[in-house]
Amino acid sequence: MTLLKIENATMRFGGVVAVDNVSLHVDQGEVFALVGPNGAGKSTVFNLISRFYTPTEGAITLEGEDLLAHPAHDIAKLGIARTFQNIELFENATVLQNLLVGRHRHKRTNLLSEMTFLGNARSEEKRHRQAVEEVIDFLDLQAYRDKLIAGLPYGVRKVVELGRALATEPRLLLLDEPASGLSVEETQDMAFWIEDIQKQMGITVLMVEHDMGLVSAVSDRVMALSDGKELATGTSREVQSHPAVIEAYLGTSGIQKGGDTGKKKKGKAA
Amino acid sequence: MDAIQLIVSGLANGCVYGLIALGFVLIYKATEAVNFAQGDFMMLGAFLCVGFTNEAYLGLPFWAAVPLAIMAMAVFGYLFDMTILRRMFGESQVAIVILTIAFGFVLRFIAGEVWTHEPVSLETPFAGEFINLGGVVLDVSEILIVIVTLLLTGVLYLFFSRTKLGVAMQAASQNQLAAYYMGIPVKRIQSLVWGLSGAVAAIAGILFASKGAIDPSAGLLGIKAFAAAAIGGFGSLPGALVGGLIVGLVEPIAARYGPVGVSQIAPYAILILVLIFRPGGIFSQTQRKKV
Amino acid sequence: MRFVFKTDYDADIRWFKHGPQFFWYMLALGLLLVLPLYFVWIGNAYLLGEITAVIIFTIVGMGLMLLTGQTGLASLGHAAFMAIGCYANILLLNAGVPWLIAFPLSGLIAGIAGTIIALPVLRLHGVYLALATLAMSILTGDFIVLFDDYTGGVAGIAVPDISIFGYTINKYANPYAFFYVVVAVMLIVLAAYRNILRAPSGRAFAAIRDSEISAKAMGVNLTKTKATSFFLSCVAAGWAGALFGHSATYVTHETFDVIMSITLLLMIVIGGLGFIHGAFFGAVVVGILPVAIANMRSWASAAFDVNLTIPGLESLIFALIVMGFILLEPMGLYGRWLKIRTYFELFPFYRKDMFRRQKSYQKTERVQ
Repeated sequence: MTLLKIENATMRFGGVVAVDNVSLHVDQGEVFALVGPNGAGKSTVFNLISRFYTPTEGAITLEGEDLLAHPAHDIAKLGIARTFQNIELFENATVLQNLLVGRHRHKRTNLLSEMTFLGNARSEEKRHRQAVEEVIDFLDLQAYRDKLIAGLPYGVRKVVELGRALATEPRLLLLDEPASGLSVEETQDMAFWIEDIQKQMGITVLMVEHDMGLVSAVSDRVMALSDGKELATGTSREVQSHPAVIEAYLGTSGIQKGGDTGKKKKGKAA
Repeated sequence: MDAIQLIVSGLANGCVYGLIALGFVLIYKATEAVNFAQGDFMMLGAFLCVGFTNEAYLGLPFWAAVPLAIMAMAVFGYLFDMTILRRMFGESQVAIVILTIAFGFVLRFIAGEVWTHEPVSLETPFAGEFINLGGVVLDVSEILIVIVTLLLTGVLYLFFSRTKLGVAMQAASQNQLAAYYMGIPVKRIQSLVWGLSGAVAAIAGILFASKGAIDPSAGLLGIKAFAAAAIGGFGSLPGALVGGLIVGLVEPIAARYGPVGVSQIAPYAILILVLIFRPGGIFSQTQRKKV
Repeated sequence: MRFVFKTDYDADIRWFKHGPQFFWYMLALGLLLVLPLYFVWIGNAYLLGEITAVIIFTIVGMGLMLLTGQTGLASLGHAAFMAIGCYANILLLNAGVPWLIAFPLSGLIAGIAGTIIALPVLRLHGVYLALATLAMSILTGDFIVLFDDYTGGVAGIAVPDISIFGYTINKYANPYAFFYVVVAVMLIVLAAYRNILRAPSGRAFAAIRDSEISAKAMGVNLTKTKATSFFLSCVAAGWAGALFGHSATYVTHETFDVIMSITLLLMIVIGGLGFIHGAFFGAVVVGILPVAIANMRSWASAAFDVNLTIPGLESLIFALIVMGFILLEPMGLYGRWLKIRTYFELFPFYRKDMFRRQKSYQKTERVQ
């Protein structure tokens, strides 16, 4: 069953076409990966789904619900959570507080009950905390529970961001380069978590990733993008052997372009 | 006849507001800091020129005092960024806003101690001279203000579009980290922008003081310049000047033709109207953060 | 260092994290409540009036702290919202509305008026809010003069006494009762502030302060949440303004000027941005500073035979203190207190960099 559907989406910034007539559908329960060289338009696709951008043309629906009819802050309420390429955490708050913000879409208290802490405020608060503690257990964040983000190492921040997205209890999880900047061990942990998120929690995952090792380990289907256009869609193996993809990564002359191919090898080794 | 004089005088005022706003926008564009002491920089520049040229102080020739005051303010702006603001690297904008407000208090106190709180006028060679253009009597100082502002605008335009330093400043303002990777010394560029803004403030101050009296609380004029900058659109240099001219023109016109008390309210009323109907200002740029 | 063993979720939710903390805060509250006894004993309530004024400033300080410290939005015009609260209170009282209704309403009116004014700029960058509120504050005096039929304008207006079920409270006639009224309002604001911090709205405020973009991605409606914060902030300011009116007994178009607005912002910075305690520390400094400077001045002129009546000296010292804090101790007085406390708790293991945060290149909010 299709969960997310993007039809003929085009995004132009002035004269630049960041996403050019891309269509894709993500099925319930699968892990779908977007790959491609830098500047291929992968993050723009994410920003279109998050409604940070409005597509110049095209339609985006979540189980038939038109996402374009909603403002950006409604997207979380519809069950889509995301992480960011360059980590956007709340720096001056603790890990626990960061995860609790993830619960915002489940807020049922009104201002008056919050200020007096009467009515449902306390019971709601306990419910949120219980949900967040489960995420902390799942991601092994106990040691950092009450630490400020500003003092945490990069790898932990990456996990906290994943945790904050999970705390929203999403139907669809958007992961923007979950393994970038992580060590080999941390990348492996991330792969296990993504598998658990899919298998145990039943959350559908759409991710952007350069590390082809991670992509082939966890994803059911892969789409390769280049210059905003779709190159190929299929299993990880099919996409990697697709001539158009090889050309985009290696160029026709066979000269290696950028670090993507380097990462690809390292990923395979891992 | 009367109306023309009113407009020229309003334009001259507007140029001063515009120049203060310009210094403020320069800093905002380059560093995303908001200098609430820009009006006080203007005041200090004016007083430095007064100190150099007036008979009661050093009594230097006017044409020597002007570049001296401008250079002194440029160095002052540079040093302020280098010694004080650089420590604030990575701090929130609110902290910088508060720091510059407090710094404005300090400048006002220093000016009051050195030059007293009595209003003084800058002694210029053209003070009190008028020209008669077919029955319209115009103050030479006011005409000079308009001319100097136009020239300065042209120079700044050429600076930002043609010189290496100007382009580097633009780059650093758009993406600090990327500019740093490209080998642009971002911190020094920021100090230079503060220096440039200090120089612009000095020019604004000299023009202001050549037209009327100045006292240490003249820095509060900066608040009108903020309104001007916001009317024009915060990140826009031409917007700052246009906003300044609008504020400068509206004030005397509202005072002449409007009911009592409206002329003080008018600039802010326009500000609020602009914020409601064209929130980004007249020369707005779309603002969007990349993630 | 104290380790609290948490066995249920309430341990993370409750106001006081452990017994001793509860004890110290209750002791402070108890001392505050019996304070008037001391002044009854010495038979001079002048100083109590000063303390009452400080507590009034903590009320507006908490309001501004919620906006600036928690939500990250600076207001340079909170004296204007104090003025709205003050005049609304006076007009309602003069219209015959009982104080117990007029006073709460005055805060609500300030809150609603402030939100209506701020709404158009809340969609924009934070600088615009600072500017719009600054403009508000500059215009306050002009507006009061413009509507002098109601406000008394330049001539001013007398503030009616507080009357609760026939019991009349005047700052001069019964300063002790007035003190308790002010303390009661302060405690209500404090409790609401503390509660909101442990609820979703409080966390949404902090989320906006730290990263608007990810707050949005987490489902926080930016404009609505900022407006809520601004509304609450203005309600507190309105109440403080109404109490300030009762304390001054007579207000004019110059009572709530722009310098007061700026002082309020500087006050919470000195106290410590982002901490409720900061509102209290800051108000104490603002309350003590003029007295301390006056004392120093008379002491210096007596001891060294110099004349220290320099105009603007007070604002200079105030400004230098603010600059010193921002540059050397951005966490304010409360931050300094935290460090000293941690030093003793951990003795001898305190490290200098324990509270240090990493600094980074600015992440611009603009289009790239």
